[in-house]
Amino acid sequence: MSSQGRTSGKERAVIECQSVYKVFGRNADSLVAGTDGFIDAEAARSAGCIVGVNNASFEVHAGELLVIMGLSGSGKSTLLRCISRLTDATAGKIFVEGQDLLAMSSKKLLQMRRSKMGMVFQSFGLLPHKTVLENIAFPLQMKGMGTRQSVSRARDMAELVGLRGRENYFPRQLSGGQQQRVGIARSLAVEPDIWFLDEPFSALDPLIRKEMQDEFLRLQGVLKKTILFVTHDFDEALRLADRIAIMKEGIIEQLDTPAGIILEPATEYVRKFTEDVPREKVLRIESVMDPVDQEEELSDLRVSKDSIIETVAETILNQDRPVGVVDADNALVGSLHASHVINVLFGNRSQRPSGN
Amino acid sequence: MSPPRIPLKAVQFSGLLVAFFVLANFVDSSDANWLWRFPPLLKDLPFIINDTVQKLLFEWMPIEIYDPDIDDYESSPLFREVTRAVSSSLLVIIEFTREVILGGVKTIVVFTDWDFINENPWAHWPALPWTVITGWAIVLGYRLRGIGLAILAGFSTVYISVFGQWEPSMQTLSFVLVTAPVSVVLGLALGIWAFRSKSVEAALNPLLNVAQTMPHYSYLVPVIVLFGVGDHAAAIATIIFATPPMVRLTLLGLKNVPADVVDAGVMNGCGRFQLLFRVLIPTAKRDVLIGVNQVVMQCLAMTVIASFIGAQGLGSNLMIALNSLKIGTGIEIGVCIVLIAVVLDKMSLAWAHKQKDYFADRTLFQRYSIPILLVAILAGGSILAWIGSFLFEEGRNYLYIVPHNKGITTAPFWQAAVDWTWDTFFFILKDFNEFLITQVLFPMRDLYLGMPVVATFLLMMGTAYILAGFRSALIVGGFLLFIAFSEYWDRALITAYMASFVVIVSAVIGLTVGSLCAQSAVASRAILLVCDFLQTFPSFIYLIPVIMLFGITDTSVIIASVVYATVPATRYTIEGLRSVPVVIQEAGTMSGVSRMQRLVSIEFPLAFPHIMLGINQTVIFGLFMVIIGAFIGTTDLGQLILKAISDRHGTGIGITLGLCVAFIGLAVDQIIRTWAERRKKELGLG
Ligand SMILES: Nc1ncnc2c1ncn2[C@@H]1O[C@H](COP(=O)(O)OP(=O)(O)OP(=O)(O)O)[C@@H](O)[C@H]1O
Ligand SMILES: [Mg+2]
Repeated sequence: MSSQGRTSGKERAVIECQSVYKVFGRNADSLVAGTDGFIDAEAARSAGCIVGVNNASFEVHAGELLVIMGLSGSGKSTLLRCISRLTDATAGKIFVEGQDLLAMSSKKLLQMRRSKMGMVFQSFGLLPHKTVLENIAFPLQMKGMGTRQSVSRARDMAELVGLRGRENYFPRQLSGGQQQRVGIARSLAVEPDIWFLDEPFSALDPLIRKEMQDEFLRLQGVLKKTILFVTHDFDEALRLADRIAIMKEGIIEQLDTPAGIILEPATEYVRKFTEDVPREKVLRIESVMDPVDQEEELSDLRVSKDSIIETVAETILNQDRPVGVVDADNALVGSLHASHVINVLFGNRSQRPSGN
Repeated sequence: MSPPRIPLKAVQFSGLLVAFFVLANFVDSSDANWLWRFPPLLKDLPFIINDTVQKLLFEWMPIEIYDPDIDDYESSPLFREVTRAVSSSLLVIIEFTREVILGGVKTIVVFTDWDFINENPWAHWPALPWTVITGWAIVLGYRLRGIGLAILAGFSTVYISVFGQWEPSMQTLSFVLVTAPVSVVLGLALGIWAFRSKSVEAALNPLLNVAQTMPHYSYLVPVIVLFGVGDHAAAIATIIFATPPMVRLTLLGLKNVPADVVDAGVMNGCGRFQLLFRVLIPTAKRDVLIGVNQVVMQCLAMTVIASFIGAQGLGSNLMIALNSLKIGTGIEIGVCIVLIAVVLDKMSLAWAHKQKDYFADRTLFQRYSIPILLVAILAGGSILAWIGSFLFEEGRNYLYIVPHNKGITTAPFWQAAVDWTWDTFFFILKDFNEFLITQVLFPMRDLYLGMPVVATFLLMMGTAYILAGFRSALIVGGFLLFIAFSEYWDRALITAYMASFVVIVSAVIGLTVGSLCAQSAVASRAILLVCDFLQTFPSFIYLIPVIMLFGITDTSVIIASVVYATVPATRYTIEGLRSVPVVIQEAGTMSGVSRMQRLVSIEFPLAFPHIMLGINQTVIFGLFMVIIGAFIGTTDLGQLILKAISDRHGTGIGITLGLCVAFIGLAVDQIIRTWAERRKKELGLG
């Protein structure tokens, strides 16, 4: 995972949305034309419209993994479909690698989809008449790759997602989780630069999900794709995200780093949404360490300032002396007392009920 | 306690019936009284149609056409040239297919001329020996579905050959081999077009409705006028008839492709055509292939009727046999038709469900084993035929082609069986026949004919209003108005009485059998299998055994129609009842209802919409068969259509009559379908 992407703001924007709206219904155009800013939900309802995406503006940088969260029906899939131009946004501008997506010719768009974009669908979207292998090879064949070559690549992909031995099965002969893995393999086959994932792991059991997440992180570490990732699972979001966007009724309520979202919720909704998220899974050592005190005797253990607290908590608590914190160049930047860790782990929890 | 509430519908219906009987009793039955019969305002419609067609054919849009005979340009109407071109190209294809199977010279003539044939006796395309086709059918059957289908295919071809029906059967087969692909391609194209454009769909829909409810042979007259008589004309009539279900099923299949599959196709970089041919159509494959299967069956069903305008093959032989009361021959031919139908049905279905296995590692020989086998069979069969030419005398080479009517025949046996039945059961059959006609059919007919036209309108439109709403009532009224203003109201009433008798009997039988069988999974499966089997028979076949028993009477027509129309009622009842979700059934059982209560109060209401669709089919099937009954002498609309075929100026009459029949069907269809939809919505099923 790229930690630099989040710190340096000068990164190139791969996807840029400017006031994107998607409204379903007959009077959609007039409704959007009459508003400046957010569409009023009440006004939309009386016009017989459903607002899918409401005035979304944000950027996604190269190599960044943006997780989109929100309740069911909050417009996550719709936002993804707008950016992949599976539906045309009602209003707004979307730039992909600097090119205006909505003004793009269908030929250009086709080229873009064939070479740049990959998508994993919430409902899989497998071709029922094709086997696992054929499904995976399909986008390659659309690009014009020959059968032999595409099938051999598809075989590798199937192996990667753990579908070995099921290559000749049809989608209907697979479980939901297996189908989802076919979808993942298929979208990976073309090595897209931009990857849209709509709840890709939701159909998997916890064990395989963990495995797939690890595999996913490993791949992302190597490939550094630009990713839009929809999930309902906060744990998953925290493991994967560089930044998280929280949506409610089509509106992006907040878009920030995981720590930012949890420590400084922008709205009441976001606060409630993140209330039960364990702090130790979000916070990094950096945010709880003390400045370096020359007097203090430190234990021999050194931890990186970028580590998530949860991952190092146990080792820290096992030390009888404070632990030294180092940065990427292994220079000492601070010290960490076990009491701070205990505070993060248990302290907040006792306060939480009164906070409600 | 409050008094029991009387349902609104019951009140409405009682009111309707009272009004109906008042009208029926107090309207004077004289031709001058328009409450009794509407004036035939549309009397001239047939002539207008005739004139239009004539104009189209002989005057409209003259174009300059080069005529090689007089070596000059000649003016000829565009439409006529178009129909000519269509006819001749179809004829060439049909003859080519036929000669590939049966041999001949006509294809060679197309490329040379008759003189060439006369001068060169060797220029004769040889037929495929029957052993070759039998072998191919077996291999194909085996490849498609395994040993069972192979045996069936082998048995059928051997049967056909042994009983001396090879030539007409192959003529029929070649006819189907041409018309079916053309219909499939046409239907696919129209279906895709309708899928792409809403306005095309809207325009196509009513056309399809009418085309599917018009009796087969009301197409025949216009086709004769436009295209003449012969195989090509028969082929065109068949294509017109067989294409609509293909269009329907293509459209249905394409519409049912899940949105996420389409999205996935788009995101995977499909262009317009790739999306259509590699995502949409393959995903809709099931429906499309069922369409193909339907097309094949429709083409076969048309062979008998198409024989009226010159299709050669089993159909015309069957007609001749039936007309001269050669029941034995008729049965033999009928069996041939059924065998061809069953084999083609099973093969096309097996093909539909066949899965490809790309990745199995197969050797070169294994991969090409089928073509190699087919070629080997061709060689073997040819050698056998060659040997046969020494063993048998000229023209009777049983190893080449068993000549027509020179095979074994069981006709005398069947004839004897018929005679025996007649002798033994004569009085029973006669009594039954007489009873049915004098005690049931005639009174019913008189009842129908005794209705004043306004009363009929009231009854039909009122029923439509109560069951299906105001819009439906208007539509039904429109359909009836057309018939009432034509000259054929009385004939239509006769058709309606026969059809409604058939429908009532079929529905009762179908519902009873269906609900009984639905109680057991095994019985359901068995009866559905029987339904499948019966549905592969071309409609005409049903007439053969009843004629055998009851001769050429209304009774025969009615019994055949009842058998034919009971199939959908039974099938839909079973399907409807069996598809009631288990959860709901169990919930019912747990709340302590008995089996009977459960059937009446849970399963029937839930299955009702589906069952109604079955009844709808029963109506269409019944109407259809009653009309076909005209061939063996009923006195309804069908008979007039039949007359129109032999009339030079019959086009207008034929089309008008056809529309009358179609409108009866569509009126009932409108009521039942809308009603079923409504119920479905109310039950939250759709
Ligand atoms: N084609 C459509 N026509 C009309 N309304 C639609 C359409 N697609 C989506 N919507 C509406 O847009 C809103 C957002 O839907 P969307 O599928 O984006 O939700 P989501 O956040 O992905 O939910 P989930 O987590 O359940 O997948 C919903 O209220 C939905 O009803
Ligand atoms: Mg979604």
